[in-house]
Amino acid sequence: MSLAAIDWGFILTQSVTQAFDFNAVVYALAAIGLNIHFGYAGLLNFGQVGFVAMGAYGMGLSITLWQLNPFLAVVVGMIFAAIFALILGLPTLRLRSDYLAIVTIAAAEIVRLIARSTVMRPITRGAEGLNEFIGPFRDLSPFSPGQIYGIGPIEWRGSQFFAVVVGWILVALSLLLVAQLMRSPWGRVVKAIREDEDAARALGKNAYWYKLQALILGGVIGGLGGMVQALGNATVQPDFFVAPLTFFFWLVLILGGVGRVWAPVFGAVVYWFMITFIQNTGRQLVDEGLIPTSIMDTSQIDQIRFWIVGAALALLMVFRPQGFFGSREEMALDAR
Amino acid sequence: MTPVEQLADVAPEPGVSKPDPILVVDDVSRAFGGLKAVDVDHLEVQRGVITALIGPNGAGKTTFFNLLTGFDQPDSGTAVFDGEIASGKSSHELARKGMVRTFQLTKALTKLSVVENMKLGATHQRGEHFFAALVSPLWNAQERDIESRADALLERFKLDHMRDEYAGTMSGGQRKLLEMARSLMADPTLVMLDEPMAGVNPALTQSLLEHVKSLRHEGITVMFVEHDMDVVRDISDWVVVMAEGQIIAEGPPDTIGSNQQVIDAYLGSHHDSALDLDAGLLDEEKP
Ligand SMILES: Nc1ncnc2c1ncn2[C@@H]1O[C@H](COP(=O)(O)OP(=O)(O)OP(=O)(O)O)[C@@H](O)[C@H]1O
Ligand SMILES: [Mg+2]
Repeated sequence: MSLAAIDWGFILTQSVTQAFDFNAVVYALAAIGLNIHFGYAGLLNFGQVGFVAMGAYGMGLSITLWQLNPFLAVVVGMIFAAIFALILGLPTLRLRSDYLAIVTIAAAEIVRLIARSTVMRPITRGAEGLNEFIGPFRDLSPFSPGQIYGIGPIEWRGSQFFAVVVGWILVALSLLLVAQLMRSPWGRVVKAIREDEDAARALGKNAYWYKLQALILGGVIGGLGGMVQALGNATVQPDFFVAPLTFFFWLVLILGGVGRVWAPVFGAVVYWFMITFIQNTGRQLVDEGLIPTSIMDTSQIDQIRFWIVGAALALLMVFRPQGFFGSREEMALDAR
Repeated sequence: MTPVEQLADVAPEPGVSKPDPILVVDDVSRAFGGLKAVDVDHLEVQRGVITALIGPNGAGKTTFFNLLTGFDQPDSGTAVFDGEIASGKSSHELARKGMVRTFQLTKALTKLSVVENMKLGATHQRGEHFFAALVSPLWNAQERDIESRADALLERFKLDHMRDEYAGTMSGGQRKLLEMARSLMADPTLVMLDEPMAGVNPALTQSLLEHVKSLRHEGITVMFVEHDMDVVRDISDWVVVMAEGQIIAEGPPDTIGSNQQVIDAYLGSHHDSALDLDAGLLDEEKP
């Protein structure tokens, strides 16, 4: 029973691996989408997980149902997310911003419940989910499934490394897209609408149309996250897309700093590092008897790590409310 | 004959027709519950002149502006702007056609820099289309043009020293200036200013007034709401008086103060002396 017995090398390797694994990519893409919605256009979307699900199901069904090729399947996944954006946005974006918020919460749950319903079983395989779509993607992968790939001690199996590589490429492309858009006149209009929609309209900008475009764009990028999830886990199951996931995407965005291009990626990496670090450290501390089981046993660590992340986030909000990358100066303008 | 000279022959009566109207309003009404906020039978706004819209608090001036600029829809009636039906059109369409407004409560886009605020005002920007935005060469040249126009206007409005600051750091008066300058970026034919001088210090008011007058030189039609009669007399060519939603009087600024209906509207119907504008009686109506 001693601190020396703790394997810090193992803990760090695990944490760094998770920080760059496909799960972090899923969170990063979903949060990049939310950043477009909230950070730039000021749209309150509390159902981002619905867009993620639409992307995953669009891609999966294209192959299991319509036998499309994998590239077309990705396009269909994006179209699914875009259609979801239209369904949510067309009726609500003319109204006050609260209406979109309310509708998105409900809609994301509706997607999940429809996908797992018995009537949809012939199409979505209900709660079991889609699996067979993975074959054509495996065929595309340059990595052999059984082999180990990685940099130094950070390793992935070939089957998952494909999702990791594709995922980070998608993240890079999304960031380039966001950076370019936000320095363009398009981005200027979107930011103006976030500040004051009426001012933008008085200057001839069709606020409704721009909000719709932003909702679609952020939703489609979230949909790409869903596809990375599908590739990484080799399955699309409805109960992956539960409502609380949206709030983890929000956490990641706020951690990084709202309205900054890089922030969601940073937030996702830090989040997954922290979660894994706390979990592994806690487990070893209990195993070594440094934390008596009367206080906590290993099965409780999964819950307690969220307490700690929650507390850390609360502290961040006290000492750095703008997140890691956000601008304090901008935040202070709200108080004027 | 200049547009201003043309007004000399126009009778000072509510709803009178003008030689060259840019805006013609017919039977426009808007009720909030039981309250008829706007009920205008007929109004013509002369092109190329400065028209002041005055009236007591709650007369319906802002509501009337909202109806004309597409921010609110009338219960009935039509407005014709520059020969085209304007009622029913959305606010951004009207702005693109040249009818640009400012707001009584200033709307500076606080988290954009001052110069970005200005650049937003320019219409027909290629880079505002999603796919074009992705290809900088398609809009770079236009962006530079817009930026130099913005800088020229900022200089004219003496805001150039704040060019790269967040608009949110500006004072109330500076925001008024910015909003007016920004509306000019849209190349308007008709600007509608809702209390442009409210909350602006007297020194700044003077420069704002000069800017409004200079718009007339550029052939831009101005309609503005104002409570300060000194200002109204100083810069307007024509005054329209609203009370309880209706146009109760029209006329040149130097005689409007002696109109009995105007006196009644402002002071209640028991006064019979002409309004002493120099004593600033109407100023008491300021919010
Ligand atoms: N959205 C609204 N809902 C209900 N009543 C309204 C609304 N907007 C305006 N009103 C009412 O309509 C009337 C006219 O208001 P408006 O703001 O047009 O007056 P105004 O002439 O601009 O006054 P001020 O000089 O104080 O700015 C007021 O009685 C006001 O209470
Ligand atoms: Mg008003």
